[in-house]
Amino acid sequence: MMPLQSLAAAAPTPDGYLLVLAIILPATAIVALVGLGGRGAAGIVLATLAAQLIIAIRVLSLVWQSGAPVVYVIGGWDPPLGIALRADGISAVMMLTSAVIFSAAAAFAWKDYRPPRWSPETRGSLVFWSALLAMASALNTLFTSADLFNLYVALELLTFAAIPVVSLKGSAETLRAALRYLIFAVFGSMLYLLGIVLLYGAYGTLDVSSLAELIRPNAATLVAAALVTVGLLAKTALFPFHLWLPPAHAGAPAAGSAVLSALVVKGSLFLLMRLWFDTFPSLRDPAAMQILAALGAAAVIVGSVMAIRQARLKLLVAYSTVAQIGYMFFVFTLVPVLPGESWIAASAWTGGWLQIVSHAFAKAAMFLAAGLVAEALGHDRIRDLAGLGKQLPLIVLTFAMSGISLMGLPPSGGFSAKFMLLVAATAEGHWLWATVIIGGGLLAGIYIFGVLARMLAAMPDGTAVAEIGRGRQLITFALAGVALLLGFLPLEPMALLQIGRMP
Amino acid sequence: MTEQVFDAALALLVMGVGAWSMMAGRITSAVIIFIVYGLLLSLVWVRIAAIDVALTEAAIGSGATGMLLIAAAYKTGRESGARETVSGSLHVIAVLLASSVALGLASLAFVLPGEPVSLAGDVLRSLPDSGLGNPVAGVLFVYRSFDTLLEKIVLLVALLGVWSLGSDRDWGGIPGLKPFAQKHSVLVLLARTLPPIGLTYAIYMTWVGADVPGGAFQGGTVLAAMWVLVMLAGVRQIPRLSSPALRAAIVAGPVVFLAIGFLGFVSPGQFLAYPQGFAKPLIVAMEIALTLSIGVILGLLSAGPSNGKDAR
Repeated sequence: MMPLQSLAAAAPTPDGYLLVLAIILPATAIVALVGLGGRGAAGIVLATLAAQLIIAIRVLSLVWQSGAPVVYVIGGWDPPLGIALRADGISAVMMLTSAVIFSAAAAFAWKDYRPPRWSPETRGSLVFWSALLAMASALNTLFTSADLFNLYVALELLTFAAIPVVSLKGSAETLRAALRYLIFAVFGSMLYLLGIVLLYGAYGTLDVSSLAELIRPNAATLVAAALVTVGLLAKTALFPFHLWLPPAHAGAPAAGSAVLSALVVKGSLFLLMRLWFDTFPSLRDPAAMQILAALGAAAVIVGSVMAIRQARLKLLVAYSTVAQIGYMFFVFTLVPVLPGESWIAASAWTGGWLQIVSHAFAKAAMFLAAGLVAEALGHDRIRDLAGLGKQLPLIVLTFAMSGISLMGLPPSGGFSAKFMLLVAATAEGHWLWATVIIGGGLLAGIYIFGVLARMLAAMPDGTAVAEIGRGRQLITFALAGVALLLGFLPLEPMALLQIGRMP
Repeated sequence: MTEQVFDAALALLVMGVGAWSMMAGRITSAVIIFIVYGLLLSLVWVRIAAIDVALTEAAIGSGATGMLLIAAAYKTGRESGARETVSGSLHVIAVLLASSVALGLASLAFVLPGEPVSLAGDVLRSLPDSGLGNPVAGVLFVYRSFDTLLEKIVLLVALLGVWSLGSDRDWGGIPGLKPFAQKHSVLVLLARTLPPIGLTYAIYMTWVGADVPGGAFQGGTVLAAMWVLVMLAGVRQIPRLSSPALRAAIVAGPVVFLAIGFLGFVSPGQFLAYPQGFAKPLIVAMEIALTLSIGVILGLLSAGPSNGKDAR
């Protein structure tokens, strides 16, 4: 029997209860929605989303001010017996990103899925709002939990919430996409579970911080790390596991697509980064990390080329997600194995997280814009988008703004992210990855400008454009605006993202 | 000696039945053999003293999964005409895939370094404080009750996922499970005689779960099995999915669980912590409510989305 580790890392902080609320309030809201059969649903959803936003802002400011993580020990049982929640810099940033995007997506979806106030619920409203709240709860768990099994439960909750959103329209096509997503996601869950079973068998703990101290590069650990990684890659849709993503993300209703592409794939990615940088840093064999970077590079190229070849706007945007996920994997090789005080490593780390956050805002905006385009025209065939620039200029502007960030043109969050990754890649002599980072931007330029050129072309006669309300256009525009404003952050490593990292 | 002979025979039987299910010609036969396989496997769990796992294997791995597979085999067989048999190449692929998974899993047992480590000792050491006797219940409702709570939300969301497969118009109606209504059939007889016994057994399982193997999930599964039997035989009408009473049964477990969780904030001061001396009664209350909800949710998961007959 191995002696239990003393866990100074898990000393609870006074405001730690906020982390429990961030997970449990949306869960409670789902129970209320189902139990009350739609009565008071609007109030429940609004109150929960508002609380999410307030909690996320509060946690971020606490982490920022104290320079230390916010910690809560559930039920008073210290790990490894119990479960601890811990929000460090990256958790707090992701909690806020997700709270803002959930609120925007909810506001956007209000028109189509407006919860009935005191009348019985409808299929669309109950499933959509429950799934949205379940995703919020699951993501907050993924961002803060310090226990590998608890994280597994969060992955399951995220998957089972995301799948009904994919098939919400109920057509045969979306059902097929949802089934494919389910198969990939369950395959990923099984591999992850198998991996953590092995880790528990080898070290007798599931606590992330005590594992970091115990871990040794033996056969069991390496097999476990490989299983967990492949499982999470399947859920993150990194090439070659991306096949499920385009039909799933393109088939969901616009607000659902926005959340799936902006946040849900980031949940498993967050966990992957948490594990490789905080839990198994000692296992980070440079060659293995190069494999992840190579898959990322393949994703950038394959995703972009496929996006260029698409005839439908929503599929183009979905393939663009496949490509943009690829960039996030350069971080694995650009942050060197030995965490020194190197400016380059810190710059790659910041670049990677900036890519995750700015992609979240840009992609949410782009999917919502694509949804409005489809609603206005009754289709989303790229060939027939002509005249939109005149009819719905704000939507075209929004599409262009989010495109600027995805391409990596200044000033935008996407530019800063890719620039910092590029600086790190060239400084460390990774010329191949530097070329892919630049080349990916050019390929993104081709598919973004291709769409914009069609949108700005002269209006053919007889095109009917449905009226689109100003509110939803402004929400979409605001999200794209955030993606651009992120470009005004100073181009240097952010201290916030380093708070509470386990070296 | 007899024990070793029994174990060896059991191991051979499990492998033989496993191989048989892969080689079966008809899909429905393969599924039925798979159910037998699951039951044998639960005997294996009993032999290695993992009674809670054995109960779950029998109920979920064999029972619930078997029922879903039979339904799937029946539906796909009906839709693709008479093609209910499996082709030869599919047998080969199944054997290769299953063998490689088995070998892969078995080889993992050899990569583990040194003697096994676990938290079992600490679990037992801290157990008396909670008043529980079953260490598995201790893990589920004391140390890691947060996981258990989130899993109940997963179950609820999964149910919504199944419901969402129905159409907008049918929402809230009666599930599309076809009653197998033949008067004077054996099924009807069973559906009239078994439930009282099953109900008693489910209550027993839940009640003893605090001290010996059993608990809300196992009790709930027995409850679900009885209800599915009644639904299939058409002895009682399946309720509408919008019915307030049904909704109350679905959320009873999570509501009690959450309420006790929040009570922890008040006393003794942490979410999901139990006030001094009240751990056992609160856990038993939680388990009773959860048994009801799990039974109803599992039954409804089997019944499927509403099919339009008699909607709202």
